Amino acid sequence: MIRFDNVSVTYPGAASPVLDRIDLTIGEGELCLLTGRTGTGKSTMLGAVNGLVPHFTGGHLDGEVTVDGIATSSRPPREFAHLVGVVGQDPLAGFVTDTVEEELAYGMEQLAVPPATMRKRVEETLDLLGIAELRRRPLRTLSGGQQQRVAIGSVLTSHPRVLVLDEPTSALDPTAAEDVLAAITRLVHDLGVTVLMAEHRMERVVQYADRLIHLPGDGSAQAGEPAEILRTSSIAPPIVELGRLAGWSPLPLSVRDARRVAGPLRELLDGRTPSSEPAAVGERLLTARKVVVRYGEVVAVRGVDLDLHRGAVTAMMGRNGSGKSSLLWGLHGAGPRQGGTVDVDGNDPKRLSRSESRKLVGLVPQTPSDLLYRESVADECAGADRESGAAPGTCRALLDRIVPGLPDDRHPRDLSEGQRLSLALAVQLTAAPRIVLLDEPTRGLDYAAKARLRAIVRTLAAEGRTIVVATHDVEFVAATADRVVVMAEGEIVADGTTTEVVSASPAFAPQVAKILAPSPWLTVDAVRDALTPTEANR
Amino acid sequence: MTAYWLPRNLHPAAWWLWALGLATAASRTTNPMLLALILSVVIFVVINRRSDAPWAVAFRLYLSLGAFIVVMRVVYRIIFGGGEGDQILFTLPEIPLPAWAAGIRLFGQVTLESLLGGAYDGLRLATMLICVGAANALANPKRLLKSVPSALYEAGSAVVVAVSVFPQLAESVVRVGRARRLRGSTERGIRAFRAVAIPVLEDALDRSLRLAAAMDSRGYGRSGALTGGARAVTGALLVTGLIGICVGVYGVLDGTTPRYLAGPMLAIGVAIAATGMYSAGRRVHRTMYRPDHWRLAELVAAGCGIVAAIVLFRSSSVDPANLNPSLRPLAWPEVDLLPAVGVLIALLPAWLVPPAANDLEEAGR
Repeated sequence: MIRFDNVSVTYPGAASPVLDRIDLTIGEGELCLLTGRTGTGKSTMLGAVNGLVPHFTGGHLDGEVTVDGIATSSRPPREFAHLVGVVGQDPLAGFVTDTVEEELAYGMEQLAVPPATMRKRVEETLDLLGIAELRRRPLRTLSGGQQQRVAIGSVLTSHPRVLVLDEPTSALDPTAAEDVLAAITRLVHDLGVTVLMAEHRMERVVQYADRLIHLPGDGSAQAGEPAEILRTSSIAPPIVELGRLAGWSPLPLSVRDARRVAGPLRELLDGRTPSSEPAAVGERLLTARKVVVRYGEVVAVRGVDLDLHRGAVTAMMGRNGSGKSSLLWGLHGAGPRQGGTVDVDGNDPKRLSRSESRKLVGLVPQTPSDLLYRESVADECAGADRESGAAPGTCRALLDRIVPGLPDDRHPRDLSEGQRLSLALAVQLTAAPRIVLLDEPTRGLDYAAKARLRAIVRTLAAEGRTIVVATHDVEFVAATADRVVVMAEGEIVADGTTTEVVSASPAFAPQVAKILAPSPWLTVDAVRDALTPTEANR
Repeated sequence: MTAYWLPRNLHPAAWWLWALGLATAASRTTNPMLLALILSVVIFVVINRRSDAPWAVAFRLYLSLGAFIVVMRVVYRIIFGGGEGDQILFTLPEIPLPAWAAGIRLFGQVTLESLLGGAYDGLRLATMLICVGAANALANPKRLLKSVPSALYEAGSAVVVAVSVFPQLAESVVRVGRARRLRGSTERGIRAFRAVAIPVLEDALDRSLRLAAAMDSRGYGRSGALTGGARAVTGALLVTGLIGICVGVYGVLDGTTPRYLAGPMLAIGVAIAATGMYSAGRRVHRTMYRPDHWRLAELVAAGCGIVAAIVLFRSSSVDPANLNPSLRPLAWPEVDLLPAVGVLIALLPAWLVPPAANDLEEAGR
């Protein structure tokens, strides 16, 4: 269905091609997962399928990409609309109209589909994706998972043969991600749509994939059976790492398959407990009582009590819109807080001036780039030093500890997602707050960047700070947090140690916990530590 | 007949015609009684036939804007020369102005006549504005843009996209403003502006690029290519037509222009523009999802508005005195039967067209 024939893509000003002589064929009805670290050319490859690369993005494409026998060089991307449906990373940014129904019809209107057929297809698509009850809703009021399904629906109505998805689940909570993936697999199995999907969160998707294309980063691509590619690939979901550790063959890709072969491992681990040193919980740094945040009629946080202790990493979980962000902003004081008290060393950060409250609590927002507005990394650092009255060079030193070697003259926009987060974090840490709040820092990070973030967070905590991380990433939580707070409808519904909270919940349990239940193992590293070298190498 | 009464949203052009008809009627009179009657009609119909969509709620805004206009007109008369007529209400200390400013007066005597004159004038303008606001409240402005002739389709969708960018922009500004407080920045003036403007603009630019890519991959502008010659002909037809319409409309509204510049010019302009639209529209291949149909109810709504306008036009030639009540000598404004009935006809859509479909109600099912 899709053929890459000796394809190389070079962007202007780049020393080496992003994709280098790629040859591969994706057959009809395949669900193909594209993986690789940030910047290895995943988006380029996706864009090449309908000709957005190079028609829209610029750059030079050698070789030929054909879809259903039509070369992308022969016509502009819009002439592929009936053949290829593209759903971008941020569905909201791609919406043209403002209600669900109109959005579903938009593509067909462009293709001049007769009105009667349009009406029929809209109804069918609403049912297929389970969004019929949303048909008149404004798109902006939908939750992330709903938006993603509408975005998929809006390209499906044109009956494309190929669906291209860029990170369809990365911004979603675990349950919403399941909904979206269920819809996608249904399309593949029932309608024979060919799907090419890029996703950082492989643990969610890999079990559904027929084929895996791995971009190692040197411009080449390896394609093959997922289990085969994952045996050696540089990035792998926890389930695969556990499989590699235990020497399972073939590698199981779903929790079900893994449980079936995990019997011996469970027996081996029986009687041992994870060697977690319980975090030395220090004195209380922040006391919040009866915090209320509301936006007009909508109550985002309903009278929440929360204590944060020195040296602890607290994860805050819950579905999109459950009040996580509002609580973080309310605690900080920069966001609205209508009721309740927050006490940090006898002060309420909301009542202090901006530069004073910054010394008590630091918050990195969901889009770290909001904090950055100067022309270069050096400028940002100098600005941060001035704003927090720190000695010149403080911010730069912090940044070098987090990510060594960011060039001084680099523009913040040209940094990768992970680097930008690090810069924003360094800017906030310059004021030396003892309470650090991170709002969805794991969004858009690949496995390596997440591992780095984990190390940073643990170091910051070990230095006597308290860290709160709002996130959907259960694997990150399992490996990083001491304590998990689950929110729903503005209230805290669960609060306890990570093991307690996470292993008991079907939605929030990491893969290792699901495979090794009922034993309380959460991460591959914990299992590795518990096994003796000989056992591990069996 | 049952099908006629099912709740649905009328073709937006029907409500626009109705509202413009009433606005035209209002433009012919300064009689406060008649204007108040028109206002009551407009408000009554809006309350009865609007949906609960966000644009419908904005009607209140138009009402306050109207009140503001009336107040401003009166205040203006008090400040600059309220001295016409002899019913002096009160006297303010006059500020003497230098000789070169002769003819301008600041404060001084304020007469009832000039205050009333200001109020009548303001009321007329406010009524016309509120009529437009009513059209906005009754018809989804975006649907109106969607039902433009296909020749204007591409321009129409550009406007729709631009309009939907505004709430996003506002959202960005709020978000970045909050983030700025996080940084504790104390900058003022131009530097502070920069700190907000740069992330917001970068965000907007990013977003528009992504939107453009999305629209391109979904087939926007597909096979809409025109040859150079055809485009030039279409453009010429459209421009000529529009000029004709402008001259014609001016002729119709201004009673002193030669008559051949009024009706005939308008008709010729419309014809030329329509040809241009048709020529451009033939080349655009697209369809419309659930188009608004022009049915009997649309005819009723538009017709009632137009009848009101025609009646006021007629009566201005029959008995202009009561349409523009005399200020000197001061007289209590009287309303003739004919214009009152004309305006009341525009009230009929409040009962005679089907009620609006409420989107939000359905969403909550």
